[in-house]
Amino acid sequence: MTEAPAIFVPEAVESGASLWSDAWHRLQRNRLAVASAVVLVLLTIACLVGPLLSHQTYRDQNLSLGATAPSLGHWCGTDTLGRDLFVRILVGARLSLGIGVCATVVALVIGVSYGAVAGYFGGRLDSFMMRVVDIIYALPFTLFVILLTVLFGRSLVLLFAAIGAVEWLTMARIVRAQIQSLRRAEFVDAARTMGFGTPRILFRHMLPNILGPIIVYTTLTIPAVMLIEAALSFLGLGVQIPMSSWGTLIKEGAEKMEEFWWLLVFPGALFSLTLFSLNLLGDGLRDALDVRASKD
Amino acid sequence: MIRFVIRRLLQLVPVVVVVVSATFFMLRAVPGGPFTQEKAVAPEVQRNLEAYYGLDQPLWKQYATYWSRLVRGDLGYSMKYSNRTVNEIVADKLPTSLELGAWALLVALGLGLPLGVLAAIRPNTWLDYLCTGIGLFGICVPPIVLGPVLSLVFGIGLHWFDVSGWDYADDRVLPAATLGLAYAAYIMRLTRGGMLEVLHLDYIRTARAKGAGEGRVVFRHALRGGLLPVVTYLGPAIAGILTGSFIIETLFQIPGLGREFIGSTTARDYPLIMGLVLLYTVFVVGMNLVADIVQVWMNPRLRFE
Repeated sequence: MTEAPAIFVPEAVESGASLWSDAWHRLQRNRLAVASAVVLVLLTIACLVGPLLSHQTYRDQNLSLGATAPSLGHWCGTDTLGRDLFVRILVGARLSLGIGVCATVVALVIGVSYGAVAGYFGGRLDSFMMRVVDIIYALPFTLFVILLTVLFGRSLVLLFAAIGAVEWLTMARIVRAQIQSLRRAEFVDAARTMGFGTPRILFRHMLPNILGPIIVYTTLTIPAVMLIEAALSFLGLGVQIPMSSWGTLIKEGAEKMEEFWWLLVFPGALFSLTLFSLNLLGDGLRDALDVRASKD
Repeated sequence: MIRFVIRRLLQLVPVVVVVVSATFFMLRAVPGGPFTQEKAVAPEVQRNLEAYYGLDQPLWKQYATYWSRLVRGDLGYSMKYSNRTVNEIVADKLPTSLELGAWALLVALGLGLPLGVLAAIRPNTWLDYLCTGIGLFGICVPPIVLGPVLSLVFGIGLHWFDVSGWDYADDRVLPAATLGLAYAAYIMRLTRGGMLEVLHLDYIRTARAKGAGEGRVVFRHALRGGLLPVVTYLGPAIAGILTGSFIIETLFQIPGLGREFIGSTTARDYPLIMGLVLLYTVFVVGMNLVADIVQVWMNPRLRFE
């Protein structure tokens, strides 16, 4: 710990350390966060490239083989239809991570625009918009997601949209609070004096100033979304066979764990590891960017 | 205080209206109904069924009928189970869900609060790290993983418990642990954070300066302020624990409302779906209200707002 300043400070003084390079250095010193980032990068590469290198695809069945325990040929064993579990887990990772990221982007776009508008204009519009958020917040939203997926068929697009629509509320609250506190800042007045339009002030001048909380909360939304996807798939309402997501794999594993433990253990362990990494990275980013959790 | 409670109760009205209307029209907007997917029902039988349940009426009339019944506390007849009202089904299944929730809540509070306080009064010791580790574990190992793993180890491996059913007292252990642990982890984190913050405040130093013992400082002085974040979280959490046990009930095959809800959606049992959604909503909003009231009671600064 004592040698770290000796390395960083001279550089920082020379280059006039920005907020971002400061945060970057702080993040690098957080070993758990760095390890988490490495795990996530490796996982992403593995799930994109891995299935291409295997001689089996996720749906190649080998009924005469059946379920076999982990071996050199099949690192995580095979399922009851003789499909290679390792490949299925990697392909499942594409879906689980993909849904996590896409639904988070949906939540991000809705939440940031909504919160920014409410926070910037304030007054009656603000109290009305936040009232709406309060009301939606009070609804049991898991019920509605379940209802939606049952009623409107089980399309993946709908799954994204439904989950994204649930998760934008907190983002809207955070962004609104931040924008509100910046509304009277001098640089905003300056931009207004120079005759810039509202969208330009909001998105070019104010938003970059609150990127920290947005990044942190985005990182923490991804695992929350992945949990919803897994829960829905577990109930049989999400991703449908023969496609595999981690939720469906864990469901299958839970049904057959009595005889074939590996079907549960490997997908479950990887899912937990991913949630673990995303949460630790989010915490690390919060410390590095010095964001205090605030919701109102 | 009374005005605050009344104002909050009035806010329930728009929520209920929105929920009832949204669910009602969403259900009707989707093609297919409760009697269209049944195999081989003769058309005239289907017409009779629809007439019996009022599904042949114009939409606005069905909507009006639903409201007029609802105001009298009548949730209508189930379309899946003939001759059973939604009220009866709720009365039948709700106690099971509530009991599961109560046990899980016991696990959550019984583990979360003591661990959180311990971690806060001994920061950066092995005790603190152990608690933080448990907290992370609870957040990263979700019920869909924890539940099967617990039944694999304690049910199938050690034969301590049955892996499904709700007949004997020890059938409660695994579901309650699965549901409770996730919340315990969160409560522990919040307790630790809240206590750490409060323990640095001036009034704690004053209490120590006046010679109060460590136990008195922690339990009489710090706990009240330190638990505020937990109380805020507990409102929605209790509602979630008591109602959101779809996965646990499916996993351990417990005859509760959560499983009933999943069944009712696939069967398109309109009155049952509506009744359960409404019940859950009132529950969630009600628990939030209670949490707010307790918070005002615990934090005098809020009373002026």
